[in-house]
Amino acid sequence: MKELVVISGKGGTGKTSIVASFAALAETAVLADCDVDAADLHLVLDPKIVRREDFSGGKRARIRTDDCAACGKCLELCRFGAIHFDGTGNGVVAKTYRVDPIACEGCGVCAWFCPAKAVEFGPVINGEWFLSETRHGPLVHAKLGIAAESSGKLVSTVRAAARKLAEQQGRELVIIDGSPGIGCPVIASITGASLVLIVTEPTLSGQHDLERVIDLARHFEIPAMLCVNKWDLNPQIADEIESLARKRGIQVAGRVRYDCGVTRAQIHQKSVVEYQPDGCAEDVREVWHRVRRALEPNTSSKPTGERTAST
Amino acid sequence: MRISIASGKGGTGKTTVATNLAFVAAQAGLSVTYLDCDVEEPNGAIFLKPQIQEDRAVCTAVPKVDLDKCTGCGKCGQICQYSAIVSMNKMVLTFPELCHGCAGCWLVCLAGATRESQREIGRLQAGPAGGVQFVQGLLNIGQAMSPPLIRAVKAAAPQAELTIVDCPPGTSCPVIEAIRGSDYVLLVTEPTPFGLNDLRLAVETVRQLKLPFGVVINRADMGDDQTRRFCGRAGISVLAEIPDVRAVAEAYSRGLLAAQASSAYRSMFEHLLKTLTGQVLR
Repeated sequence: MKELVVISGKGGTGKTSIVASFAALAETAVLADCDVDAADLHLVLDPKIVRREDFSGGKRARIRTDDCAACGKCLELCRFGAIHFDGTGNGVVAKTYRVDPIACEGCGVCAWFCPAKAVEFGPVINGEWFLSETRHGPLVHAKLGIAAESSGKLVSTVRAAARKLAEQQGRELVIIDGSPGIGCPVIASITGASLVLIVTEPTLSGQHDLERVIDLARHFEIPAMLCVNKWDLNPQIADEIESLARKRGIQVAGRVRYDCGVTRAQIHQKSVVEYQPDGCAEDVREVWHRVRRALEPNTSSKPTGERTAST
Repeated sequence: MRISIASGKGGTGKTTVATNLAFVAAQAGLSVTYLDCDVEEPNGAIFLKPQIQEDRAVCTAVPKVDLDKCTGCGKCGQICQYSAIVSMNKMVLTFPELCHGCAGCWLVCLAGATRESQREIGRLQAGPAGGVQFVQGLLNIGQAMSPPLIRAVKAAAPQAELTIVDCPPGTSCPVIEAIRGSDYVLLVTEPTPFGLNDLRLAVETVRQLKLPFGVVINRADMGDDQTRRFCGRAGISVLAEIPDVRAVAEAYSRGLLAAQASSAYRSMFEHLLKTLTGQVLR
């Protein structure tokens, strides 16, 4: 069973649009939306939710006003600026201390050291995840609570559920829609994956961000391929990007032209390969074929040109 | 005045709006600071082209354990919520990448075996960019957490009449860290179903933080009218609608500021700056 993760570094390069098309072309994959704080894949897959689970990403502290002796120990110790001396009085003291739940990092230090044992500290539900059915196969997706942390943990939860589903249903491929950046949700999406497809755009920003995301894939020793989306916006930079990728031992999976059909398809809640036969849909099919080949068990998709730190 | 430029969806034009606003504000004679708080993938420098004069490591607190002093009480492992320090008999293991720097384990250590140490998570770079004071953070590859570096970038901000905070995409903790303490949040979106979906999430986020906000619809003619209608129904101010012009996209691809490449765009951003300052002062 293989896991293909689509990431980008730079936001807005077309990961979700491409994953939606891959879902249509793959036909037998399990899909996972790991962009948990801004999930969009469900908007073009029309999922029917079959199962819903709460997600607890951590703990929160809450000071019991009645028990607070206003000693200020919590404020002294909190490293995250989450304690404020603006709670209501409780008959013993005129003002009490209060935790800002958004700033609270869930470390538990205030609860541990409070002399009055006035701090409640426990798990908080700060998201949910879903198992759904779609016309292209099962989809595991999630919604992280507003201003919540632990996006990495929710990503890991979604991935584990997708893998389990693939094993149960005898499906050979999990396709993961990743998030932008290189931080914890991206790291949680790619560690241990079979192949990463980096989707970028032909701009200096895209090129700059690509270098960092290649560094990330190298750091975690995950094989990677590249696709330049909207390549005709700047063919020269598209060439430079493909050239830099090859120098770094990244296989080029292909390039996709700019096409308003992508937005029109999205408005019609379809992937572009379902919406139109031509234009960029042809390009996406070619990219998919190369990615599919790289995922086959007897094909080596390991990079050739660059040594990883361990070799 | 501190204004954060955020979005929800990636690639909607935050850096475009942030850098162009900084540029026209400086041209108008305001003292301006631009903070690139998208520390995972900062791009502001491509457009503002700063001369970096300060380049330093940013560290966070992590535990350092002297096993000779350890009594094996296990309290460090008990207090840690992140499995960043694990105690078995007198064997203590630390996992610095998981550490949130809460100080719990060294506060709780009565034997003085565990103490505070520092670990580099990224770099901070600063310097002038024309009339703009530029600061950016660059997260080290493989580092999971960006909020401590974002905090460092904000702390390093030189005083100015206008501070523009270029935020990362999304709605979770890096964005919260970046937009906290702003006078106003400008949400940049695109008029597509994905853009609108993520805009709704971003709106919920700024509302939770009780920050005043408004919207800029970028590439305003590329999608449908649902975003405009959503803002209308929700009573959300749309401060500007920037058209989708291929020549400007091409200039962007080459690292050019739209306000330098096109006088029409320069006027647009000057107008947006005026509208924005009007909104904030209200």
